[in-house]
Amino acid sequence: MTDVINTMPGMPRAVPLESETPKPAVDAITGEKHRSEFDVEINGTVGKPLVDNAKMSSRNCDVFYGDKQAIFGVDLDIGNNEIIAMIGPSGCGKSTFLRVLNRMNDTISICRVTGEHTLDGEDIYGKKTDPVLLRARVGMVFQKPNPFPKSIYDNVAYGARLHGLASNRSELDDLVEASLIKAGLFKEVKDDLQKPGTGLSGGQQQRLCIARAIAVDPEVILMDEPTSALDPIATATIEELMDELRSNYTIAIVTHSMQQAARVSQRTAYFHMGKLVEVNDTDKVFTNPEHQLTENYITGRFG
Amino acid sequence: MEIGQHISQRYNEELEDIRNQVLKMGGLVESQAEQAVKALLESDFELAKTVANGDEAVNQMEIDIDEECTRVIARRQPTASDLRLVVAVVKVITDLERIGDEAEKIARYSKKLAKKQKITTMHSELSHMSQLVLTMLHDSLDAFARLDAEGAVGILGKDQQVNVELDNLSRLLITFMMEDPRNIKNALRVSWCARSLERIADHAQNICEYVIYLVKGKDVRHTSLEHIRSKYFPYDIEDGEE
Repeated sequence: MTDVINTMPGMPRAVPLESETPKPAVDAITGEKHRSEFDVEINGTVGKPLVDNAKMSSRNCDVFYGDKQAIFGVDLDIGNNEIIAMIGPSGCGKSTFLRVLNRMNDTISICRVTGEHTLDGEDIYGKKTDPVLLRARVGMVFQKPNPFPKSIYDNVAYGARLHGLASNRSELDDLVEASLIKAGLFKEVKDDLQKPGTGLSGGQQQRLCIARAIAVDPEVILMDEPTSALDPIATATIEELMDELRSNYTIAIVTHSMQQAARVSQRTAYFHMGKLVEVNDTDKVFTNPEHQLTENYITGRFG
Repeated sequence: MEIGQHISQRYNEELEDIRNQVLKMGGLVESQAEQAVKALLESDFELAKTVANGDEAVNQMEIDIDEECTRVIARRQPTASDLRLVVAVVKVITDLERIGDEAEKIARYSKKLAKKQKITTMHSELSHMSQLVLTMLHDSLDAFARLDAEGAVGILGKDQQVNVELDNLSRLLITFMMEDPRNIKNALRVSWCARSLERIADHAQNICEYVIYLVKGKDVRHTSLEHIRSKYFPYDIEDGEE
């Protein structure tokens, strides 16, 4: 019955998470002890998930893939002009949550998102919200650089043309140049703008994708492991770029590299098995985390 | 707080090894301090000589542990409690090395004092003060070994007692010097020993502050004892009132 109610969109959760029956310490059938990570209970989020100057807000976020629940009641604000890092083991829901923020999960037919999600206070899942326009305001950079099979110029100009951001050729030229400069790529490609974007190195391709995301003048940039396929130098370039972009944009980054989270972000959110365990200032998370599970994860211990 | 449980067994061993080395260094320094005090009180020239020559081992341990900590930082990028452990260790061994230096100084003055007249007149005062200091040192090392923040906070503030003892001893020494100027040389040596003991107490207190940092994640240096207790150990106060 609980499942039926919980799967109905817009319904409040029938049973609060805290009262979910805890898993028994010993498996009834096999008699084996469950892995110790179950021993630490997650009762809500510790730390400061909410901020005063929220750019984006999620309340009571549940995500389901078919019958399987991937995210359980996440409340999280993303502050204006901050970089928030989302960390956690594989399958903890951090990427899924990131994709909630620009409705990328819409493209997965069995995926269903509930809860309230706002950008500048406007409901991003409202009937009036056009996902294409939303994604222009909330851009995304993926793990693997994915330039279009077009010239460098057209890659960057694509979104601007789609959204009609430039009225003539010279405006478009300026926009492409400005975006490439912001992405720190212009110097390297200024004589090769008509060459295919796919011919660039991995790090350059990723910066091209960032330039493409910036070109439509987004307010928020979501990054899903943007440097996991790059070498340390390209990674450092992109991290430096993120720091520069922070003055104009709000950035949420999912990363498996804890050192990267520690280097680039102001706040860090730790996800574990679909729940948001802890959100705190990055300095605090990496020196004195509040939750035992966060401590175990960032110090590389068993759960 | 636990050191083990890392997915990397090797990492467990490295941190465990650092901790064991610090305990070993602590044991060595404590013994140096004890022996120095013994040599002073018993005017034992040979013992004083041994202690004065023993400081080299302490110095070498500081260098070795420092190196190991640097290696762990470079290779493991420790975070959270692991990071605090490494930072605390680097600081603790600095204080341990200084305690070793003070013990060496006491031993050197003891060598000179042993050859001259006995320091019987100040024996009981010196003995009392050194017991106080050695207990503080022992307890602070114990708190570090057990990662016992409550124990550590209990030691903070005890240096006040040591300071009172030092003042008393100084007054006594001044009288002694005024009685006969020929006493001045030795009285100064005793005074320097007392000063060294007082410094050892200060270093022991520093170690306690690092233990609190390590366990609680709070830097309590240059903070009043009342503030530390009320903010980080509230239940201690409740116990006290009952």
